Amino acid sequence: MSADVKEVEDAPQVVPIERSFWGRYGARISVWAARVVLVAVVLLVWQWAADRWFDVIFTSRPSEIWDRLVEWQQDGILWSNTWVTIQEIIYGFAVGAAAGVLSGFVLASATLLYRVLDPFVMALYSIPKVALAPLFIVWFGIGMHMKVLLAAATVFFLVFLNTVAGVREVDRGLIDAVRLMGGGRWHVTLKVVLPASMTGVLTGLKVAIPYALIGAVIGELVASNRGLGYLINDAAAQFDTAGVFATLVVLSVIAAVLNLLVGLLDRRLSRWKPLEARR
Amino acid sequence: MSPVLRMRNLSKQFVKDDKGIVALRDFDLDVAEGGFVSVLGRSGCGKSTVLNLLAGLIPPTSGDVFYREQPISRPRVEVGYLTQSDTLMPWRDVRRNIEMPMELKKVPARERRERAAELIERVGLGGFERHYPRELSGGMRRRVGLARMLAGDPETLLMDEPFGALDAQLRAELQKELLRLWQGSGQTVVFVTHDIEEALLLGDRVVVLGRLGRVVLDEAIDLPRPRDPDEMRVDTRFVALHRRLTDALREGAR
Repeated sequence: MSADVKEVEDAPQVVPIERSFWGRYGARISVWAARVVLVAVVLLVWQWAADRWFDVIFTSRPSEIWDRLVEWQQDGILWSNTWVTIQEIIYGFAVGAAAGVLSGFVLASATLLYRVLDPFVMALYSIPKVALAPLFIVWFGIGMHMKVLLAAATVFFLVFLNTVAGVREVDRGLIDAVRLMGGGRWHVTLKVVLPASMTGVLTGLKVAIPYALIGAVIGELVASNRGLGYLINDAAAQFDTAGVFATLVVLSVIAAVLNLLVGLLDRRLSRWKPLEARR
Repeated sequence: MSPVLRMRNLSKQFVKDDKGIVALRDFDLDVAEGGFVSVLGRSGCGKSTVLNLLAGLIPPTSGDVFYREQPISRPRVEVGYLTQSDTLMPWRDVRRNIEMPMELKKVPARERRERAAELIERVGLGGFERHYPRELSGGMRRRVGLARMLAGDPETLLMDEPFGALDAQLRAELQKELLRLWQGSGQTVVFVTHDIEEALLLGDRVVVLGRLGRVVLDEAIDLPRPRDPDEMRVDTRFVALHRRLTDALREGAR
């Protein structure tokens, strides 16, 4: 009899849920439709009002921005400059993230050293990274290195601080559990500290992704002869608002793609989180 | 025969700011091989400290702990410890949590899997192999913890109020399960609890602790097994023992 009871209460109860196509995707479709409509309305109003309500020299208009994009594309300006910025983002992110994770793990394990360095790290973290740009120009010139390092400097602190937090917040009970199983330092690091701190590390990586873009573009705005930041500066200097907006469009596309990556990381992050938290 | 666990003049104090907080003072206890000892006490009497010392998780401030005449200075694989709180790895599913002690012992993967499957069945969690701890109820997590401890093949089990947070029915079920696993295994169990009935139903010896781990009562329980909770409640010897333990607990509080 007890066996029966066990089966009933212990087997996972899986129930098929019957949902219509609309029941399943309806909310998502409406949201996307609303987004498309919103963009269309903004563009139409902008286009229509450009010469009536505003001075077109200041606001440009969607059709002109589109023409500028097409023109740049034909001249080969668009892709070559975008590619420069993308490279800066990728290299900057990779360098900053690698340095951040590594030093985060090392410093979080060396408690005394961390306590000594903590105020200095926070002070450096609090410096606006733009303020470092002139120094980086002196050190590395106005080429790509300077932008990569500016992006890396921004990324580094975000990843570093989150990694340290992740390592330091590892549940003491889990470490004891491994020690009770006869595990040594190495096992504790490998089987507990590393996986437990992954949440912190991934959070850091996630937060840092948009900042890699910001760092790279700020570097280009300060001094450059290539890249999207350069395109913006150049267009603005010639009072070419269509050009400025065209570059901003490209930047938003890059930002959107990066945010998509963040979304993927987020899904990975919540893999072992409770069911109801996922959707 | 020499005892499996031996504690002599054991004291432990914790440091908070500039003060030492005494958790245990001059504690002596022997645990014989194959016995089931219930340690009964109100919260804050040093029960958990005793177990942590026995497990080798914390060093004593003074005094000695011996496991088979060897001083304990760090955790030993022969001793399994089911702590009060859940310490399952949240990023591992049930099966991989249970496999963990075997992983550390470098048991080959196939053998690990078989043993884990067997343990999962034994604690009644069939079908939940791929679930993560947070997807399980408290009682199920306890059972996973129990299975994980057993996966390490310990010869001595330390249990710290393992069923404290569970509902009465589930607790009774797991108590029965624990006894079934223990009987005939030759394992030694030290079971800490604040529940008089639980201490009596499980142990063949009950040690009642007062403040700072003072032993108020050390009583052999010769009630016949299996002890059915419903029958026991009206058994005169059980009732008499229950009364004695209640008095001892009250005295220990002073």
